[in-house]
Amino acid sequence: MPSNIVLVTGVGGELGGKLLARLGNNPEFERVIGVDTSPPPKRVIARMGHAEFVRADIRNPLIAKIISTSKVDTVVHASTTAHPAGPARRVAIKEMNVIGTMRLLAACQRSPLVHKLVVKSTAAVYGASARSPAVFTEDSPLMPTSPRGFASDAVEMEGYVRGMQRRRPDIAVTVARFTNLIGPEVDTVTSRYFALPVVPTILGYDARMQLVHSADALSVLELATVRDLPGVYNVSGEGVLTLTQAIRRAGRVELPVPGPVLPTLAPLLRGANLVDFSRDQVRLLNYGRVVDTTKLKQEFGYTPRWSTREAFDDYVQGRALRPVIDGRPLSALVRKIALAAATGQASAH
Amino acid sequence: MVNRNPVTGVGSARGGTQQVDRPVTADNPSAQVIPLHAPEKEQRVRGTTGSAKCPVAPDEHGDRADAEVVRLPGTARQDEPPPGGPSAAPVRTESPYDDLLPAAAVKALDFVRGRLTGDYNVDEYGFDAEFTEIVLLPALRVLYDKWFRVTAHGVDNLPPGGGGLVVCNHSGTVPLDAMMTSLAVHDAHPKQRHLRLLAADLLFEVPFLSMLARKAGHTLACNADAERLLRHGELVGVFPEGFKGIGKPYSARYKLQRFGRGGFVSAAMRTGVPIIPCAIVGAEEIYPKIGDLKPLARLLGLPYFPVTPFFPLLGPLGAIPLPTKWHIEFGEPIPTDGIDGDSDDPLLMFDLTDRVREAVQQMLYERLSQRRGIFSD
Repeated sequence: MPSNIVLVTGVGGELGGKLLARLGNNPEFERVIGVDTSPPPKRVIARMGHAEFVRADIRNPLIAKIISTSKVDTVVHASTTAHPAGPARRVAIKEMNVIGTMRLLAACQRSPLVHKLVVKSTAAVYGASARSPAVFTEDSPLMPTSPRGFASDAVEMEGYVRGMQRRRPDIAVTVARFTNLIGPEVDTVTSRYFALPVVPTILGYDARMQLVHSADALSVLELATVRDLPGVYNVSGEGVLTLTQAIRRAGRVELPVPGPVLPTLAPLLRGANLVDFSRDQVRLLNYGRVVDTTKLKQEFGYTPRWSTREAFDDYVQGRALRPVIDGRPLSALVRKIALAAATGQASAH
Repeated sequence: MVNRNPVTGVGSARGGTQQVDRPVTADNPSAQVIPLHAPEKEQRVRGTTGSAKCPVAPDEHGDRADAEVVRLPGTARQDEPPPGGPSAAPVRTESPYDDLLPAAAVKALDFVRGRLTGDYNVDEYGFDAEFTEIVLLPALRVLYDKWFRVTAHGVDNLPPGGGGLVVCNHSGTVPLDAMMTSLAVHDAHPKQRHLRLLAADLLFEVPFLSMLARKAGHTLACNADAERLLRHGELVGVFPEGFKGIGKPYSARYKLQRFGRGGFVSAAMRTGVPIIPCAIVGAEEIYPKIGDLKPLARLLGLPYFPVTPFFPLLGPLGAIPLPTKWHIEFGEPIPTDGIDGDSDDPLLMFDLTDRVREAVQQMLYERLSQRRGIFSD
């Protein structure tokens, strides 16, 4: 059944707002309604086409009314945050993630018109530990790293989604598990982390990282809304960057910190309004996480246009991050010294 | 050499102007000052491979003897993903002066440049082939050639391509046998294949070691990773004895311990790759473990704390492995694709596990009977 009236949550955010603009300019939809507690950014409002914005909290029962009165048939739940960019009130985010999802799903379940649900989730649900497999497929067990972090919220949220699926098997549910989002414009914990002039890492570990470009994330959500592609999909750019590799590419200074010290450093960074180092984040920096995107490419039919490395380079260039230490002149210098040494010896002979 | 002198003269002049210098080493090899010199022309063309983004055709450079013009593409923002994609090898800048340096030095310089700019590839397990070949393996090779004088036998039994599961005996208190086996496979195999080892989770808890293990391409011993590697046609090494094998006392040397739960067999059966039994002789005597300080091991979270005649008695000196003579033998492959019955049949799995175990034990005994002494070549 084609989608006609779409409701998008979390349009106040970067991704949700852009999605609203994309869907709003799609003539296939009769109505596109964006919901959030704060309006989308001005530049999004300027080009959001026939989309509408309704200021509503998904934790409020009002959401059920919106869904039923405007005859919504497709719900895109993009308001979940697994990696809040900056220091934020954890309770508020958790409530938004968990209670908001519960309310929204309850409203979807009640409305007989809803036949499609798209949920933005995170690859953090797989956790990261020494016992984790190197590559997670969609079937890997969900083991959040800590019982209280945002990753465990996401696991809980996916549990509610599965519950609703059981009760309403007629609703086609697409769950997209994104790896860490990056891009010139997005503000995520990853983008803030690599913008630090001195990047704290964990001594003796070099985590494997996978990133997804915000443009690809947007395309996946849009595709899931426009077409019927139920299922759970990992979404990530191709390839892997190691943490130190990424730091070198951004020209940052690496500061290896012994693992046990990092939890004491984290509140400092949080206090300085820089980066929110949650436990999930620390574990990610420790062990890294890589997901398998075969299902996305084959069943979902989308190949991310940006690999992890390209997405990261785009972020570095788009943000105009001035390298603190530039490896290029440095390596040129090394080459020059070697050359001088070699030619010096050659002329001596 | 006199003819070369102007070349080096330009090299230093190039260093004087920073603006020109920068794009040269950027991923735009065409922006080099070479046009001034006709002799290096063919090298420049070689250097431009991979820079499809460069709007100026390489041949045009010859006409413009002006470095300022060529500098432009390097400064342009690269919005579009490069056409090569992530699988493409990192573009290496080849300096026209490279022929002045020995090949090894050029390789080392390229390596340093890659490290400093983050321009290298790792696979999804964190395997860094370049780092492994330039840093890790040469370090191990010293131990391999000079200390243990390893001789590899039956290298023809390793598959020339495609997946394969190498099953070895484990010993020696410290997993030196694993490292030597991976080096034996790499150096003896005609295609220099890398053996991807499956390691215990304990390894990935340890700082530095976990990092090096990942960089060397090893991963966690779990079915998901094993099957994934095998399906992608990798040569996987496994030590099914685990801690029971590596931490066994000196008195139990060359007696194969129980082979875990046989997960490796089901991984091989599911992917249909051959199992290559492998016997390592010599590793069992490097640290003759005569005791185990269990309370200390528990305190440190280790599976055992070995006591040898020299360790911890002589301190760090006692931690030097004995220079035994090693033999690493790869046996006749045991095919798994011809076996009918499914991989979930436990009896079938145990049968195959026992067959592999027997093969390794047999090879061990044969090698031992031919050996003249622990240390003699």
